[in-house]
Amino acid sequence: MEMVKLTIDGKTVEVEKNTTILKAAKDAGIDIPTLCYFQLKDMEIENRPGGCRICVVEVAGRRNLAPACTTAVTPGMVVNTHSIRVLNARRTVLELILSDHPAECLTCAKSGNCELQDMAQKLGVREIPFQGAQSTYRKDTSPAIIRDVDKCIMCRRCEMMCNEVQTVGALSAVNRGFMAVVAPAFEMNLEKSPCTYCGQCVSVCPTGALTEVDHSRNVINALADPTKTVVVQTAPAVRAALGEEFGLAPGTLVTGKMVAALRRLGFNYVFDTDFAADLTIMEEGSELLDRLTRHLNGDKNVKLPILTSCCPGWVNFFEHNFPEMLDIPSTAKSPQQMFGPIAKEYFGKKLGIDRRNLIVVSIMPCLAKKYECQREEFKVNGDPDVNYSISTRELAHLIKQSNIDFASLPEEDFDNPLGASTGAAVIFGNTGGVIEAACRTAYELYTGKKLEKVEFNELRGMENIRHATIDFNGLPINIGIAHGLGNARKLLEDIQAGKSHFHAIEIMACPGGCIGGGGQPYHHGDSSILKARAAAIYREDAGKPIRKSHENPFIIELYKEFLEKPLGEKSHHLLHTHYFDKSAGVFVEE
Amino acid sequence: MTQIKYHMLVCGGTGCHASQSDQILKVFQEQIIAHGLDTEVQVIKTGCFGFCEKGPIVKMMPDNTFYIQVTPADCSEILEEHIIKGRRVNRLLYENPETGEKVSDSKHMGFYKKQIRIALRNCGFINPENIDEYIARDGYMALGKVLTELTPEATIEIIKKSGLRGRGGGGFPTGLKWEITRAVKADQKYVVCNADEGDPGAFMDRSVLEGDPHTVLEAMAINGYCTGADKGLIYIRAEYPLAVERLKVAMKQAREYGLLGKNILGTDFSFDIDIRYGAGAFVCGEETALIHSMEGLRGEPTVKPPFPSESGYMGKPTNVNNVETYANIPVILNKGAAWFAAIGTEKSKGTKVFALAGKINNVGLIEVPMGITLREVIYEIGGGIKGGKKFKSVQTGGPSGGCLTERHLDTPIDYDNLIAAGSMMGSGGMIVMDEDDCAVGMAKFYLDFTVEESCGKCSPCRIGNKRLSEILEKITQGNGTLEDLDKLQNLSNVIKDTSLCGLGQTSPNPVLSTLDNFYDEYLEHVTSKKCRAGKCKSLMQYLIIAENCIGCTLCARNCPVNAITGERKQPHLIDQDKCIKCGACMEKCKFNAIFIK
Repeated sequence: MEMVKLTIDGKTVEVEKNTTILKAAKDAGIDIPTLCYFQLKDMEIENRPGGCRICVVEVAGRRNLAPACTTAVTPGMVVNTHSIRVLNARRTVLELILSDHPAECLTCAKSGNCELQDMAQKLGVREIPFQGAQSTYRKDTSPAIIRDVDKCIMCRRCEMMCNEVQTVGALSAVNRGFMAVVAPAFEMNLEKSPCTYCGQCVSVCPTGALTEVDHSRNVINALADPTKTVVVQTAPAVRAALGEEFGLAPGTLVTGKMVAALRRLGFNYVFDTDFAADLTIMEEGSELLDRLTRHLNGDKNVKLPILTSCCPGWVNFFEHNFPEMLDIPSTAKSPQQMFGPIAKEYFGKKLGIDRRNLIVVSIMPCLAKKYECQREEFKVNGDPDVNYSISTRELAHLIKQSNIDFASLPEEDFDNPLGASTGAAVIFGNTGGVIEAACRTAYELYTGKKLEKVEFNELRGMENIRHATIDFNGLPINIGIAHGLGNARKLLEDIQAGKSHFHAIEIMACPGGCIGGGGQPYHHGDSSILKARAAAIYREDAGKPIRKSHENPFIIELYKEFLEKPLGEKSHHLLHTHYFDKSAGVFVEE
Repeated sequence: MTQIKYHMLVCGGTGCHASQSDQILKVFQEQIIAHGLDTEVQVIKTGCFGFCEKGPIVKMMPDNTFYIQVTPADCSEILEEHIIKGRRVNRLLYENPETGEKVSDSKHMGFYKKQIRIALRNCGFINPENIDEYIARDGYMALGKVLTELTPEATIEIIKKSGLRGRGGGGFPTGLKWEITRAVKADQKYVVCNADEGDPGAFMDRSVLEGDPHTVLEAMAINGYCTGADKGLIYIRAEYPLAVERLKVAMKQAREYGLLGKNILGTDFSFDIDIRYGAGAFVCGEETALIHSMEGLRGEPTVKPPFPSESGYMGKPTNVNNVETYANIPVILNKGAAWFAAIGTEKSKGTKVFALAGKINNVGLIEVPMGITLREVIYEIGGGIKGGKKFKSVQTGGPSGGCLTERHLDTPIDYDNLIAAGSMMGSGGMIVMDEDDCAVGMAKFYLDFTVEESCGKCSPCRIGNKRLSEILEKITQGNGTLEDLDKLQNLSNVIKDTSLCGLGQTSPNPVLSTLDNFYDEYLEHVTSKKCRAGKCKSLMQYLIIAENCIGCTLCARNCPVNAITGERKQPHLIDQDKCIKCGACMEKCKFNAIFIK
């Protein structure tokens, strides 16, 4: 590799050719501030439009200042990152950005987590010398995401996520000059766009321009209502990230403390979405086996590969983009939506509680779950199976508001019966986890043999698209895995073109799977946080006494007592769904 | 055999077209037939003559008589007098404003005397819709020579030696650009013609395309041969329908003649051209923004490198040159690098086309040798300031150029001198301002254009220019402070220093150059709340001189907002709270009783 020697702030640095000044400086321990620049290292996600101009540096011999994020080093280059000229320019540029930003920090949802606020502190801005017009726009509230683009600083991170990574294409820059802003086409509402509510735009937005719809007040109201029994379910990825909101190191598992906190918040029953994840495996795994056997028996009508359907962002994506393939995904509802009817129709009935008096709250790493629980097909006479879905971040706020000292909480256990789960369920939080869990069960059900080793390491990892062949006792099962919707699109296009050789494909909308969901604590582009969460999920699995869904005794009991059998009549009614063509009329105003 | 004795060249440029030149053409044709002269006289619609101030223009060949401001009603007189009786129509000749003499041949007019027409050589001479006329004036000779006698390297060498620099504004050496694109290895390359002329008031590219479209096609083919591209794209604003139409005609003819398409002139070289339309965004003149726009993406620039020569249209090496640059290429190859390099200054060779506009007598399109002074352009070619007013400033380089003053009048015009003076060549806009123009107002006028045209991608350009404009507005309102003047200076410098593309890097030039050249005027606005040009309405008052006012009530009756009161035959009074400063009263007053304070 060709090396380049240069000087940064008087330090001699040697880096690989084509390295940017920003990276060369970072390697030399010089932290040039950035605002629009964003990277999830090792995940092929990078945003560097060179637009904010905060990272400008002085390069000897160059007429104007150079953006460090997009300028490649050259041999003998002499860079100064904090000359008077640079400091003045950087501060002036920041003052300009602040001069067109609402001064609403006191009430902004992003306060304390805002990169613009941090930058103002870092550069010591104490007043904004430029007064003038502010660019203002209509506020747009969708079922999951709020766009308050008065706060948009045109970093274009959301646009990069939405277009390049997710290939959703809901957001792009519109207008020119001072009124330029990122918005859906024709500045329509997000709800009218092909948005999947994956929330990746929210998770990278440096300011409060994109935030989740906050449902925590609805939860507080429900908890305060003596006529309601309130049960809560927590998704697997939450326990691997919630601790970050309380200063714990990324990757700290806080399952027990989370349960304790939820109990102190006043939930009557603290249950686990993991229970429903085990149930999902029973249904989806059986569907896989059913399609597979029919295929092996020569049934030409059977559709393969089967696609997982746990991820609501992904479901929205194929409903918008692949309406001709609605019969390919599994009909199994997501764990959140399996939990709802089981809680209301089985658990609630057992206790004699009318479903309208049983409030189901879910804690999710996800924003698309907010939309999912509002879908009409998941309601009975207007009563939703899951009443409210709040994000990991909203739960953290609730805990903080309720004066609970999270770090000193004891470890407590979930309530039964809907709190019991296996290791297979917890790995749903990672990319590849659902399909690994499905393999653990499908293998044993198909072969009748016991799995010696439950870990399928070939299905794990962070590569964008992975594939592996699992030996089902002589029958090779081809598995595909994609995380990030752009990667999913590639696998889908292969299926469309008849080039796919997979039997089953797992797709998660978010990079890394649910651990990187749009409702998780902000990672600010630090991919090591995502990796630490993923490792924690696998640790939780390894520590579980039971690691296969079909061995969950409460699942066995549920089938015995209520559902009878996977894919049975009751399951069909309560646990399976169908999909809608959303490709047309997206932009049609009602 | 027919023997054409007279050619009548009628200007078909957009300006004359708007003044009924099409009608003139039609009337001439009808009358020629009526007089049975159609075997002897031919009417030709040409491109722009440049002297738009005096259009529509009709030029008689071979005697070079130059008729100005011709109307359809004049046609029969020209035909009957000039052609049939052999007598010039004196009243339609140009009159030398100094001597009062009639001038019949354009080469003796001040407007044309100092011009050298290379890029515009065919404009006003040939019918742009007839390829034979282009070929008759050495058209496609350069392409033939290059394809049959020269290697791409040798051709590039000639362009390099000629010293030709990009005429779109940047001034990058053209030969070097071609050489860089040639050096990049790729399975597909493109050459692009930037015809997104966006400067307000500039129309040199339009005139070339309307008057001589083949020169651009020929040069693009030569460019393709040199860089290794077989595909050319012309990015032209959709607001240039006439230019688009003539380009389409030219492309069709060139294909029919085998000068575009497969195996041009029987060689291995194949090359064809497509048109791409722009929506008229100023920033799309920037080459990366232009390329994104052609790709169907948002027209906004991206950071260079990578330069288009490495990764341009569809990620392929792309050579982008401007219309005027192309128009020079065939001539250089026909006449030689040394001939071209002999014109101009040490570092800026050849000529430059300028669109002369503003408070100047001879508005129009001119092509002058590099090194000519602003004084020569304004006073000799431009005929001086309109209405005998005092020259104040000239804005070169379009909206993001600088305002130069009296002390720059004798500076030889070239790329480097203009930059040193705080302005730039740009694509060749030249707007002259007189003593009635306010320095702060000028700066704001140009800045407001870039505020509108910024793409909004980078913060300093998106927000900074808006803030500059707001500060200028504050000053023209009489609310400016001394601190504001410092802010203007610092903010302008930061915007130049930190913006992503050429638009932002130059947009504060009008502010900086007026601060530099007219600081005292800024001070007056701020400290004395006075606008010496009388342009800033907030800083002026219309007042009635009681001694002069006879109480005729004319002013009061003409005031659109009823701000003037007074009894008949008594001095009147203007209510300053109501006055909107339209000036109607002063215009109507016959007794010099109203003045501006």
